[in-house]
Amino acid sequence: MTTPGVLQIVVFFLVVVALTKPMGLFLTQVYEGRRTFLHPVLRWLEALIYKLCGIREDEEQKWTQYSFALILFSVVGVVLAYVLQRAQGHLPLNPQNFGTPVMTPDLAFNTAVSFVTNTNWQSYSGESTVSYLIQMAALTVQNFLSGAAGIAVAVALTRGFARQQVKTIGNFWVDLTRGVVYVLLPLSIVGALFLCSQGVIQNLKPNVVVQTLEGAQQVIPMGPVASQESIKMVGTNGGGFFGANSAHPFENPTPLTNFVQLVMIFLIPAGLTYLFGRMVKDTRQGWAIFATMSLLFLIGVAITYPAEQAGNPILTKLGLDSTSGNMEGKEVRFGVSASSLFAVVTTDASCGAVNAMHDSLTPLGGLVPLFNIETGEVIFGGVGAGLYGMLLFAIVAVFIAGLMVGRTPEYIGKKIEQKEVKMAMLALIATAASILIFSGISSVVDFSKTGYWNPPGAGTANLTNSGPHGFAEILYAFSSGAGNNGSAFGGINTNTPWYNLTMGLDMLIGRFLFIIPLLAVAGSLAAKKRVATTSGTFPTHGPLFVGLLAGTVVIVGALTYFPALALGPIVEHFLMYSGKLFAAVVGSLPIWS
Amino acid sequence: MPTAIEQPLISADPTDLIPKRLARARPLFDPEILGRATKQSFVKLNPVTLMKNPVMFVVEVGAAVTTVILVRDLFGGGAAIGFQVQIAIWLWFTVLFANFAEAMAEARGKAQAEALRKTKTDSVAKRLLGSGKTEEVTSSQLRSGDVVICETNDIIPGDGEVIDGIATVDESVITGESAPVIRESGGDRSAVTGGTKVLSDHVKIKITSNPGETFLDRMIALVEGAERQKTPNEIALNILIAGLTLIFLLAVVTLQPFAAYSVASTGLGHVPSVAVLVALLVCLIPTTIGGLLSAIGIAGMDRVMQHNVLAMSGRAVEASGDVNTLLLDKTGTITLGNRQAVEFLVVEGVTELDLADAAQLSSLADETPEGRSIVVLAKEKHGLRGREVGEHEARFIPFSAYTRMSGVDIDGRMLRKGATEAIINFVVEQGGTAPASFRELSDRISRSGGTPLAVADGPRLLGIVHLKDIVKGGMKERIGQLRAMGIRSIMITGDNPLTAAAIASEAGVDDFLAQATPKDKLEFIRKEQAEGRLVAMTGDGTNDAPALAQADVGVAMNTGTMAAKEAGNMVDLDSNPTKLIEIVAIGKQLLITRGALTTFSIANDVAKYFAIIPAMFLTTYPVLGHLNIMKLHSPESAVLAAVIFNALIIIALVPLALRGVAYRPQGAAALLRRNLLIYGVGGILVPFPGIWVIDRLLAFLRLA
Repeated sequence: MTTPGVLQIVVFFLVVVALTKPMGLFLTQVYEGRRTFLHPVLRWLEALIYKLCGIREDEEQKWTQYSFALILFSVVGVVLAYVLQRAQGHLPLNPQNFGTPVMTPDLAFNTAVSFVTNTNWQSYSGESTVSYLIQMAALTVQNFLSGAAGIAVAVALTRGFARQQVKTIGNFWVDLTRGVVYVLLPLSIVGALFLCSQGVIQNLKPNVVVQTLEGAQQVIPMGPVASQESIKMVGTNGGGFFGANSAHPFENPTPLTNFVQLVMIFLIPAGLTYLFGRMVKDTRQGWAIFATMSLLFLIGVAITYPAEQAGNPILTKLGLDSTSGNMEGKEVRFGVSASSLFAVVTTDASCGAVNAMHDSLTPLGGLVPLFNIETGEVIFGGVGAGLYGMLLFAIVAVFIAGLMVGRTPEYIGKKIEQKEVKMAMLALIATAASILIFSGISSVVDFSKTGYWNPPGAGTANLTNSGPHGFAEILYAFSSGAGNNGSAFGGINTNTPWYNLTMGLDMLIGRFLFIIPLLAVAGSLAAKKRVATTSGTFPTHGPLFVGLLAGTVVIVGALTYFPALALGPIVEHFLMYSGKLFAAVVGSLPIWS
Repeated sequence: MPTAIEQPLISADPTDLIPKRLARARPLFDPEILGRATKQSFVKLNPVTLMKNPVMFVVEVGAAVTTVILVRDLFGGGAAIGFQVQIAIWLWFTVLFANFAEAMAEARGKAQAEALRKTKTDSVAKRLLGSGKTEEVTSSQLRSGDVVICETNDIIPGDGEVIDGIATVDESVITGESAPVIRESGGDRSAVTGGTKVLSDHVKIKITSNPGETFLDRMIALVEGAERQKTPNEIALNILIAGLTLIFLLAVVTLQPFAAYSVASTGLGHVPSVAVLVALLVCLIPTTIGGLLSAIGIAGMDRVMQHNVLAMSGRAVEASGDVNTLLLDKTGTITLGNRQAVEFLVVEGVTELDLADAAQLSSLADETPEGRSIVVLAKEKHGLRGREVGEHEARFIPFSAYTRMSGVDIDGRMLRKGATEAIINFVVEQGGTAPASFRELSDRISRSGGTPLAVADGPRLLGIVHLKDIVKGGMKERIGQLRAMGIRSIMITGDNPLTAAAIASEAGVDDFLAQATPKDKLEFIRKEQAEGRLVAMTGDGTNDAPALAQADVGVAMNTGTMAAKEAGNMVDLDSNPTKLIEIVAIGKQLLITRGALTTFSIANDVAKYFAIIPAMFLTTYPVLGHLNIMKLHSPESAVLAAVIFNALIIIALVPLALRGVAYRPQGAAALLRRNLLIYGVGGILVPFPGIWVIDRLLAFLRLA
């Protein structure tokens, strides 16, 4: 590890710490419907949307209505995105003339679901598949809406804790509108302008073909990148304009943009922890959540960075210089530190943007992102998703350990009872089932090479690597889908009907079978009385609770996925140190990200 | 009680809230109970009943599947028969051990119930007819509303209320306490319980229950567990462990294709056998808590019963752990029942001896505890012996609410004692005067929480006897313990606020409710509950009934009225109001035991992974041997050791489940830290040496 490398990580963390409270205060104002400094500029827009859509600002919804609104909105989003993609050949702003054949029904379904669920898994490469209109009108729009929907759910759950003896948890349409108008839109505009200033492109021109120094022809892709790049980060969406994502110089040109992009990922999730404390009227509770997330984040970095810096022992044995660490799949302008940090941050949050190829991380370096995703991306997490995911773990932790203080469990003054436990378990089971079952089937399933489902043949034929590394690629793909992360280990071609459809389902399960139970929890909590706090109450704001919560996240995750991880990155790690690697099995497939 | 052997059930820590000597305690491993529980363990294998416990049901299915495959392999000549036999045996043992834990808890309750049932004989009752004559009927023919006559040595035929007369009654059947109690018509001591015995005198009793619905019947049903319903927290915990079971089922079932991929990819080893997969599953699912959960609940109820408290539902016991506010009656709970003389305060010109002498004389005929305490104090302080007054010409004036004083006319002296105002009036009537300082003295005593009792000799004021409420020994410490547990104690008293405040501060309670009427009590409880607090209280009178019903935990005294007993959700058979504190401790202990074993159960899994995963894939990926940090002997011994440990830990924890974990009153943070360390961290660490030792033994015995 290098001093500048460590410094970069420390500075990044300190910036996040410093931004948490101001961001949280602003978010609290927005979601409590109070006046913010942006109201003079943007209130008209909010009011206009309400007027156009017939939304009553002061009307509140029960959790069932809130969920129904969310589902309805998402279904419409999927249908719209699907239709636009399928019709891209007949629509304007398509200078490369991408037709309908490249956008197959299964791919369009997968992509529509992917962007609506805030996953942004991409079975395609943007520059070779999707027109500018689709990038802007279908994908970028969903980047805003899915992000705002996630925050809305987190705020609704927070209201469940904050309120007492009421039936309602807020209004989905109002929360959604406020999130877009006051939070995501201004942040992305500022972010996009900054990125443009650093060299990120923003145009509607067709690709440029240039003659290189060697005399070869090179196609340089163009497009409205900055506008999508910015929301891709602040909305923790992660779907790149280009296949190479934030490793591409037009998406992420400099170390400075890289640093800012990292901060953009954690900005809203960190702020939401403060919003939580603020809304439940005990900011210590919010900081405890923040501290738990920080602890797990720092542990992740502390594993990945050294693992990447140590490089590949096999190459070292061959006499190669290992001082620069494992540079395979990394951009030279970022280096090991910034790439390791990015890999951890993007999977802590359910962002999924990458600035280095996760497939090329060392086994341990790759284990951390995979584990981050499988524990539900609760380490700051996706916008909203991180907070509600962590609150789910808090419910589980409090329920198991809370009994040990001799009281029936309670969190933030709310009794954790049957309904909460049932819903929390439902969410955990649904995600685990989706990841494990789809990965299990894909590891052994066999298809006809001439059939529709998977032209390469067996489910494993889509892999570019063999052995445990190949297995990790499958496991990572479904984990990323259910976790709504969207980053890819790469090395697996998922653009076949089998993978497109199963991953689509995987993403839907991971999103909605997680959110709906939690909204049910919100409804149940809001209806409860707040229990008085005494010295006999389980304290949920101290270091003890932080340790307990972090332990619960890790142990529940480890117990669920340890067998699978043992056959993937863990065994690969031991094999690497015993001198065995898993090279590509077939020629070269394009790099999928 | 036939085998009421007393033994400490809880650790011998002096700060323990739960006392060690329990009237109904029985040894943990009574041979008779053990025998019955062992038999029940097999009966409970019935899958229809076991289905109610999802965790153990999964184990049973796993055991059955393993056995079927074993039988197939026995005839089909499969490999590793010895290993499979052992796995199957230990899986069955796992189920049996869990059944045994539950059966033990149930058998203990049943033994109690049987002892009670023996006392429930069909007695002969003398039913009063309209004509005034009596007819003899059996107790089972009595209906609510009948009136019966009970005389010396009669068994009271049913629950009822004394409507005429007074009698001493032996209630040891219900309370285990052999000292007789007095039951009389009117007031709060009128309730009698069926099955108890009249020792002297005779009473007229109005029966208030129908056969099969008597207190004794309910008591039997409760201790037997027949009426046992799962408590809300138990149901929630069941959902959690069932959910975890499902997650582990997914993890293990999908391990099969993952393994198939790995085997295909390396071309080495083979996919783990069903026996091994089942073994892994059983090790991972929370069998420890799954097997012990219902035993913990039954034992908790039983523990309350051993304290001679009858909880009407498990929910009430659970709620007592959650109590935030405890309402304690001043008289009898915080203070000894009566005020006692502590000091003689004289007016100018009078010696303390004179005052003591007059006070003692005036109290000689006073049988109230206050009067007796004056006699005793005079004797202790001034050596004045109680004199035979027969040789003097003495006429005693009894206390009346009208005069508010009592005394004696003796040898021409008119000695009076009573309320300050009354005595001053008396003195003035007799031609004397009362100095202002006298009134001040009296007020000072009032302010300090005492009761001034003025004494006069005709027109001459002598002084004041200071009567004081005596706070029970150790009360302050107990209330301190409650505070440490985060529970506020509120003193309820009919006294004026001044007196109440003084006693409250002496006893160390957090707050008090003075001049409290039953309505005030009820309102206070409602207010506390509105602020999100759970309230516990004791009560005995009929006018306590609404408050008892409103409180989250209402403990009625067995000596109390039927209305009070019906309203509360617990009955203290010893009628000891202080026991509320113990009940809270038992409730907490029950919840802690549940949480501790759940945490322990889940934490155990970490070690089991380290035992089984490397063993499973040793041939496919020999490098996974790095995970074999316990250096277990062979793949077979590793898997077996984990399964055996998993089974044995259930049986090893049965005593803990039945007794409850050691509990000492302290704040939640300290309690959590301690228990997380023991059951969380301990739960992660303990299986490592445990599995290792079993593995060595297996290797030594050449079993694997």
